[in-house]
Amino acid sequence: MNTDTTEAIVFTLLFATVAGLGFAAARWRRPDTMDDIDEWGLGGRRLGSWMTWFLIGGDLYTAYTFVAIPALVFNVGAAGFFSLPDLAIVYPMVYLVLVRLWSVSYAKGYVTTADFVRGRFGSRTLALLVAITGILATLPYIALQLLCIEAVLKTMGVDGQWPVVLAFVVLAGFTYRSGLRGPTVIAIVKDTLVYLVIIAAVLYIPFKLGGWGDIFDTAGKKFSGESSGGVLLASNNQLNYASLALGSALGLFLFPHTSTGALAARSRNVVKRNMAALPVYSLIVGFIALLGFMAVAAGVTPLMRDNGKPDNNTVVPLLFQQVFPHWFTGIAFAAIAVAALVPASVMSIGAANTFTRNIYMEYVRPGADKAHEARVSKVASLLVKFGALVCTLLLDPQFSTDFQLIGNVIIMQTLPAVALGLFVRWFHRGGLIAGWIAGMGSGLWMLYEIPNPATGHAHFGGSAFPLSKIGLSTGMPVYAGMLALLVNLVVAIAATVVCRAAGLPDGVDTTRPTDYLADLPEPAHGPVADTLRTPAEPVAAAVAEGPASEEQHR
Amino acid sequence: MTQNRTATRTHRSDRSPWNWLLLVAAVMPLLTFVYNSDRPRLAGIPFFYWFQLALVVFASLCATCVYLMTGRGGPNREH
Repeated sequence: MNTDTTEAIVFTLLFATVAGLGFAAARWRRPDTMDDIDEWGLGGRRLGSWMTWFLIGGDLYTAYTFVAIPALVFNVGAAGFFSLPDLAIVYPMVYLVLVRLWSVSYAKGYVTTADFVRGRFGSRTLALLVAITGILATLPYIALQLLCIEAVLKTMGVDGQWPVVLAFVVLAGFTYRSGLRGPTVIAIVKDTLVYLVIIAAVLYIPFKLGGWGDIFDTAGKKFSGESSGGVLLASNNQLNYASLALGSALGLFLFPHTSTGALAARSRNVVKRNMAALPVYSLIVGFIALLGFMAVAAGVTPLMRDNGKPDNNTVVPLLFQQVFPHWFTGIAFAAIAVAALVPASVMSIGAANTFTRNIYMEYVRPGADKAHEARVSKVASLLVKFGALVCTLLLDPQFSTDFQLIGNVIIMQTLPAVALGLFVRWFHRGGLIAGWIAGMGSGLWMLYEIPNPATGHAHFGGSAFPLSKIGLSTGMPVYAGMLALLVNLVVAIAATVVCRAAGLPDGVDTTRPTDYLADLPEPAHGPVADTLRTPAEPVAAAVAEGPASEEQHR
Repeated sequence: MTQNRTATRTHRSDRSPWNWLLLVAAVMPLLTFVYNSDRPRLAGIPFFYWFQLALVVFASLCATCVYLMTGRGGPNREH
């Protein structure tokens, strides 16, 4: 593939502009200081409906949806469409959950889900487990974003490592400087670019390929000649489809970066309104997934990787290159690259906040001041990205969607403590810890047992676990995350009963039922809201000090 | 301070019969046997695909409905 000059210039200009915006974002609604985790890590908790929509949309709808999902559809057909039901059910499912999480975090000054677990179950160990889970689960997800940027560059004819390294440095730089303001501001540009490209693609490509009917008929013919895949689900694949959709949806808002987006909202109503408005993005995702079929109909052949296997991530970039004029291809490629930057940035901030609050401040340097806390977060955001780079080397699944799905298996194990914990305080902290160990153990074992048919690797090759491996006489696979969560819940319930019967001391719940309904008393901003927080609890105290006390720390 | 919050919380709760709508919206897309068919097609798009796209719109409408019927109360109304 030759580098086209027009395409490269448009891409570079757009990418550089966006990167510049990311650095300049530190000045947007400039805080008194950036040396405060509420400012750096949550954008001051002041985002209104629109900015929250852009931010959550920006970090949920990643290059994963733009590149990896259509690549999966390109290869397996209908089964790759699972991300649409996933994104259809997630908002009604988490509507009540997120609102409660927002309230209790606002009332208590929590920054992470692990903060909440610590306050709710009075267990440092459980909070540490939740924190570690969140960080681990984020790494493969960030790795996926880097792979998507690589695929775009490769399609443009830019080989070698340095462009990816450059993109990585830009990402790390503006995240370090601007914190959550960086991706929030960029997200607006990202969404404009993405909507432009996708609307053009959905109107123009079917027109060029002879209409939707022809696209699906061509795809149907292609899949009927193959052993697997199809325009509809095979009968033994329906359970996996539904379990993937449900599992992905259950895990989605447990990731540190997604809860970060929700906590940055200004009020309960902002969260609620977003649950109604975010599905607009899901519609776009549906059409993006259909790009996979368009690529089939257009006869796209993916580029090869160094090891001689096809790089499926290049399918969508190649399709764009084939049908669009050069200047528009440049815009489309910039859209994909920026769509990878925004979430990668929010993810590293989410993971960094978690590391700082729940590992560093808790175990390494308790009582460090706010400036110190913010500084550690910034450095941690760099380290997290290096961890992601390592992930790209260690994991080699058949489809890069599995990076996300593997991360999701891991993050789902925090569901009993975080999501159920928001509603009921029945579980014993010992029970939750036992459940986590069982769920994580079984989840990782299942992932280890899944081979990659394409490369011949025997382990970590995907996320669909064949039920025949645990002795069930069926050819049906199911999403490993759902099975692991089931194990987790059963063990957590059993161990809770055992802990209670044995009379083991349970942790103290420092939250009150009313905290879960707390809201702004009136449309207030920053400092006013700060004075209304409850300063009684230790976790809250760190944040509730308010901007006034910062000067003396500096 | 505490009195202030108590005053706002007396008429606010998460409970509402409207929340059942959320459950319906969350369960529908999981019933693969309902929509796993090619026809009827819409503008050439198989039923499997356009029906799931329609379910996204449905989910959004449900969330909007619940928000309008339950969410906006209290003195913290925003514009």
